[in-house]
Amino acid sequence: MSARDRILQRLTAVQAKEPSPAPEPEHWYASRARNESADGRARRFAAMMEGARAEVHRVDRHNWVEKLREILAAKSIGNLLIAPDTAHGSAARDGLANSGIACLAYDRPIEAWKPELFHHVQASLTAARSAIAETGTLVLWPDAHEPRLMSLVPPVHFVLVDAAHIHATFFDALRAENWAAGMPTNALLISSPSKTADIQQTLAYGAHGPKELVVLLLEDAP
Amino acid sequence: MSRQPLHYIPTTGFRERSKAVVEDDFLQKSFRGAMDFLMAKRAAQFPDGNEFESLRRLGEQIRRNSLDKLPALLTQLEANLVRNGIQVHWAETPEEANRIILAICEKHGAKRMVKGKSMVSEEIEFNHAAEAAGVEAIETDMGEYILQLAGEKPSHIIMPAIHKTKAQIARLFEEKIPGVAYTEDVDALIQIGRRVLRQKFLEADIGLSGVNFAVAETGTLCLVENEGNGRLSTTVPKVHVAITGIEKVIEKLEHVPPLLSLLTRSATGQNITTYFNIISRPRQPGEKDGPEEVHLVLLDNGRTQPFADEELRQTLQCIRCGACMNHCPVYTHIGGHAYGTTYPGPIGEIISPHLLGLEATAALPSASSLCGACGDVCPVNIPIPDLLVRLRTEVYSEPCPDARLKGQGAGYSPWMTAIWRAWAAIYGHPALYRVYSWLASRLNWLTPARQAGWTSVRTPLTPAPRRLRDLLKEKR
Repeated sequence: MSARDRILQRLTAVQAKEPSPAPEPEHWYASRARNESADGRARRFAAMMEGARAEVHRVDRHNWVEKLREILAAKSIGNLLIAPDTAHGSAARDGLANSGIACLAYDRPIEAWKPELFHHVQASLTAARSAIAETGTLVLWPDAHEPRLMSLVPPVHFVLVDAAHIHATFFDALRAENWAAGMPTNALLISSPSKTADIQQTLAYGAHGPKELVVLLLEDAP
Repeated sequence: MSRQPLHYIPTTGFRERSKAVVEDDFLQKSFRGAMDFLMAKRAAQFPDGNEFESLRRLGEQIRRNSLDKLPALLTQLEANLVRNGIQVHWAETPEEANRIILAICEKHGAKRMVKGKSMVSEEIEFNHAAEAAGVEAIETDMGEYILQLAGEKPSHIIMPAIHKTKAQIARLFEEKIPGVAYTEDVDALIQIGRRVLRQKFLEADIGLSGVNFAVAETGTLCLVENEGNGRLSTTVPKVHVAITGIEKVIEKLEHVPPLLSLLTRSATGQNITTYFNIISRPRQPGEKDGPEEVHLVLLDNGRTQPFADEELRQTLQCIRCGACMNHCPVYTHIGGHAYGTTYPGPIGEIISPHLLGLEATAALPSASSLCGACGDVCPVNIPIPDLLVRLRTEVYSEPCPDARLKGQGAGYSPWMTAIWRAWAAIYGHPALYRVYSWLASRLNWLTPARQAGWTSVRTPLTPAPRRLRDLLKEKR
C-alpha cells in the first residue's frame, strides 16, 4: 500500500458527517458591490496603485508609444525588452526606432540567453489582461509570445492596461473572465514594485523583482 | 496544602528558553515594537468590524467545507494536476518528503536549489537533508536568507527574521558575504541580498516553494509573496517542486479571492501582496520560460490526526497568516524560538501536538493566558482558546489505551490528579470546606516555603491566620 493510499484511507475512515454548508462568495461580493462608473473604477485603480509606489499614467490609447518614449528617456533607460509577436510589442519597436533606445526581443527560450536577461536588460514592456480596482492590481496571463520572466527580471516594468478592462474585485475578474473554464500555465496578480519589510519591518523596494512599475492606463481621448 | 513536592512535567527547555527571552530587555522591546506595528497595520485593514466578521465567516465556511470533503478534494486535485502535467507525490512523514524531493534532484542531477519561503520545508527540515545529500539549498526570501547566513531558524511564520535588528544583519552581511562593507542602510542591505541571490537564481537547476492554496477544480497552485523570489524560484530553474500539507486544498477557484484578502490583510496589513502567483502547468510547447517539470509533494505528518476529530479538525482551517502570534501576549514576551517548534505562537500550540505528539509538546497548550485575542483575530474563526483547553485536558488526563491523540496523558500525574480531585471535593461541599479552612488557618505554619512552579517567581501562598468567615462573624 502506498503513502497515498494510507493517507486517503485514514481520511476516509473518519465517519463522514454532513458537509458544512457550501460557501457562497457571490452573495458576499454582491452585498458589497459599489455602484461605480468605469471612470470611477479607473480612478480607484490608479489611486491604489500609486499608493503602492507604482507610477500610473493615464494616456490616450492611440498615443501611448509617445508617452513610453518620454518616460524611457526621462529615466535614461537604454534598452527595452518587448514581445515582438504582439501588436503592442511591434508598435513599441516601431515607435522607438531612431530614439536611441534599443528594443530587445524575447524571441528565444530563456536557456539561450539567461545571463543577458539577468544582467543586461534594463526594462520591459508587457500588456496586462485586465486590472482590479479594489486592490490596485494588474492581471497578467503570460504566454508563448509574452513570457513569464518579462514582468519579473528587468529592473523596470512597463505595463499597458486598458481602462475598459478594470474589474471592481478579484472575484469579479475571475467570474467575468470565466477563469475556471481554462487556466493558463501561469497567471499573475501584480500590485506594486517588488518589495520587502524583512529587515526590521522597514519597507524597501526592489527586493528580487522590478524596482519600478510603470502603468500606462489606456483610455479614449476625451 | 501538601508538603509533597508537586510533580511537574519536563518541558524540554521551554521554560528555560522563555525565561532567557523575558529577561532580555532588548528582545522584549523589539518584539513589543514589532507586534505593535503588525497589530496596527492589520487593524487599519479592517476598519469595519462588520465587514471583518462577515468576511471571516465566509473564509471559515470555505475552509470548513473543503476540509469536510478533504479526501474527495485531494483526489480531484491530484487528477487535475496530473491532467495539467504536474506530478503529484504523497508523503506520510518528513523523511519520506525529503526522500521524494532529493530523488527529484538526483534524477535531474540538480545540485543547486533556490527556495521560496516554505514553512512546510522548515517542518521537514529539508535544508539539513539537502546538505547531507550534497544539494546546496539557498533560501531566497530576504528574511530566510538572513537566517540561513546566521544559522538560525525563523521566529515568526511571516516575518522570519523579526528578532534581528538591522545592526545585527549589517554585521552578518559584512562577515559572511565577501566584499561587503558594514552598512545599516536597509535599502543597501536589500540590494546586497538582491545581487547575491540573483546570481543564485541564474545558476539554480531546481526551485522549491510552498503553496498557499491548492485549487481542486482546476489543478492550480497559488503562492502569495512580496519580493519576487517565489516567482523566480518557480519560473527560472528547469524543475519546480512545491510542497504543502494535505489540508491546503480548496474546492473552487472562486474561493481564492476571499481567502487571499483575509490572508494578506491579517498577516501584514496589506490589502494585497505584490505578487499572487497562480501556477497550473509546466512549460508548454512554444513557451519560452517556466519549468519543464512541476511536482507537488502532499505531506501528512500528523495532519490526519486532528482531521479525525470534529473539534480538533478546526486546527486545519488555518491559512498561516500569523495574526494569532502577533496578538498573543505570550508570544510577544517569549518570541518564536522559545517554543522550540516550527510553528510558534497560538497556532503552533494547537498544531504542533499533532505533528510531534503530546509527549514532546506537553507544555505548549499551557503557554497561553487564554485571553482570547488569537481567536478574536483569526481570519478563519478557529476557536484557538477552546482547542488549547481541549489539548490541556488531553495532556493531563489519565492515559487511556485507545487514545486518539499521540501522547495523550503525557502530563498525567496520579498525585496531581488526586490533589485536584480532593480539592474539587472540598470546594464543592460547604461542610468539608468549613473544616478544611478551619484546619488550614490553624495549621498555616505547615505551608511549605517552596511551592513548585508557583514560588519560582512569586511569594508563597499561605492561608491567613483567621478566616474571612470568622472576621465577618465578629463584625456582625
